[in-house]
Amino acid sequence: MGDIRLMKGNEVIAEAAIRCGCDAYFGYPITPQSEVMETLMARAPWEETGMVVLQAESEVASINMVFGGASAGKKVMTSSSSPGISLMAEGISYIAGAELPALIVNVQRGGPGLGTIQPSQADYFQATKGGGHGDYHLLVLAPNSVQEMNDFVDLGFELAFKYLNPVMILTDGVIGQMMEKVELSDFKPRLTDDEVEQRSGHWAATGKKSTRKQHIITSLEMISERQEKFNQKLQAKYARMREEEVRYEEISCDDAEYIIVAYGVSSRISQKAVVLLREKGIKAGLFRPITLFPFPNKRINELAGHAKGFLSVEMSAGQMVEDVLLSVNGQTKVEHFGRMGGMIATPIEVVTALESKLIGG
Amino acid sequence: MTAIRVEDIIKPENLVYKKSSVLTDVPMHYCYGCSHGVVHKIIAEVIEEMGIQGEVVGIAPVGCSVMAYYYLDIDWMQAAHGRAPAVATGYKRVNPKKYVFAYQGDGDLAAIGTAETMHAVNRGENIVMIFINNAIYGMTGGQMAPTTMVGQVTSTSPYGRDIDLNGYPLKITELIAQLPGAAYVTRQSVHTPGNVRKTKKAIRKAFENSAKNIGTSFIEVVSTCNSGWKIDPVASNKWMEENMFPFYPLGDLKDSTRDDANTYMVQKLKK
Repeated sequence: MGDIRLMKGNEVIAEAAIRCGCDAYFGYPITPQSEVMETLMARAPWEETGMVVLQAESEVASINMVFGGASAGKKVMTSSSSPGISLMAEGISYIAGAELPALIVNVQRGGPGLGTIQPSQADYFQATKGGGHGDYHLLVLAPNSVQEMNDFVDLGFELAFKYLNPVMILTDGVIGQMMEKVELSDFKPRLTDDEVEQRSGHWAATGKKSTRKQHIITSLEMISERQEKFNQKLQAKYARMREEEVRYEEISCDDAEYIIVAYGVSSRISQKAVVLLREKGIKAGLFRPITLFPFPNKRINELAGHAKGFLSVEMSAGQMVEDVLLSVNGQTKVEHFGRMGGMIATPIEVVTALESKLIGG
Repeated sequence: MTAIRVEDIIKPENLVYKKSSVLTDVPMHYCYGCSHGVVHKIIAEVIEEMGIQGEVVGIAPVGCSVMAYYYLDIDWMQAAHGRAPAVATGYKRVNPKKYVFAYQGDGDLAAIGTAETMHAVNRGENIVMIFINNAIYGMTGGQMAPTTMVGQVTSTSPYGRDIDLNGYPLKITELIAQLPGAAYVTRQSVHTPGNVRKTKKAIRKAFENSAKNIGTSFIEVVSTCNSGWKIDPVASNKWMEENMFPFYPLGDLKDSTRDDANTYMVQKLKK
């Protein structure tokens, strides 16, 4: 058995970063994710693995520190919550445009504006459709347990380096704050400079050798024809992600007439709702997208062939429901149910919403 | 008498000057009379003379020097507007043995990036910051900069910089010199051969400081932008001397490498 603990989701992000050989974390305090940096500072990993932890002067600075560290081919990350992620949007766009690997954690809270420090899922559009300027996508992972908070840090870095693209763990204040049993990953050493050179030496700014041309980490291209070609290259990369990286979980979907689509904490609530619905004789199932980008369009489209209706359950005014609608593509009914502003739906509310919106009273 | 042939003149022993091997052959896009090219040349020469071409990375800003990476044959990053010191911090923290320099203009360093500038220096990041102050936004077509002089006409201060409307020009280098993390703060120019030599000495010292881990080295180069100022290069030099030097006086503002230096970083190292 591995190292099993009872930990908060945010603390686990920090622990998983140290254990997966992360080179640096740059961040700025914001509720409800401050435990990530607090845990890192208390653990002092610079003494253990050599990992750098630095509190920046702002989220703007921290994401640009990530840009700098990632340019060196190192495993670097940041975390924040909704308003802080908005501040990072510029830097994230530059990271995507410069094709750098990086991990960004968004422990969502309610908005708009300063909003609330209570949990929310209202940053779905921002996370999955780009978020900053220009045509780009993050690869977005949505954990629904403290265990997945652990697992997705290493996975996130792996995907970031596979695609040379920023990866976001899109979670929420509930998963970040709640304590659960977690089996921590084994320790992996940080890469040595030679290993970094081996992995990323073909693109990273590791110092110009006489044996190679200079490496320029930039998102600038003044010639439109070249910039369009670059955009096409990015789109091809996203197409490859759509082919290779779609992840989802299905619970009781095989015979389901009514399918709830939910991610993160909403999927935990909806799982209970499925049990309650089945007890009432309603054949309900839960479809949980694990990657929000790429979204599991194909699978939802298949399920739509034999389902009577879909209910997208999100802590938002209805964002993911648009992707569900596109996936279902008119085959059957799609509705949305959500609470906002830090309010969390109960399983009974979900049951009632499904009955009234899909089955009819 | 035999004629002197070219081969008789071009001999290694007669060589007194050559283009730095760190400069590429790409023709610079800068306007005639612009200071950027001279400062690029100086940085290239310092890198060559110190033999650190493979150990140095530059951070290009947003502004006229956004494409500085085409001219110096080293590895580069191109930062978002104002964020070069944060990018430099991130790079340097994971690669402490590398020489890292950020190259920024006045709008980049002293307006949109003021926070990143101040905090990088305040943390005493062991980086070199080169600050080209030409009192105008060059690339976007001559708008008012944080360092634009009072009364100076720009496209966004067409009747001259008005202090009631825009406040005073920002002496950010003086602010930087107050910070404990700053090891070396100096203000130079490149408008005469003598000043070019002084600036080169300052840039060399800044890079040498990087290896000593004594904090940030910050070099302001008071510069000309004849296109933005809409006067010719010679008149620009004169305008700079008459209008900018009295407000932005040349010389060292702080030097922790002196024996009597007592900055935070030096104290920390002595401990």
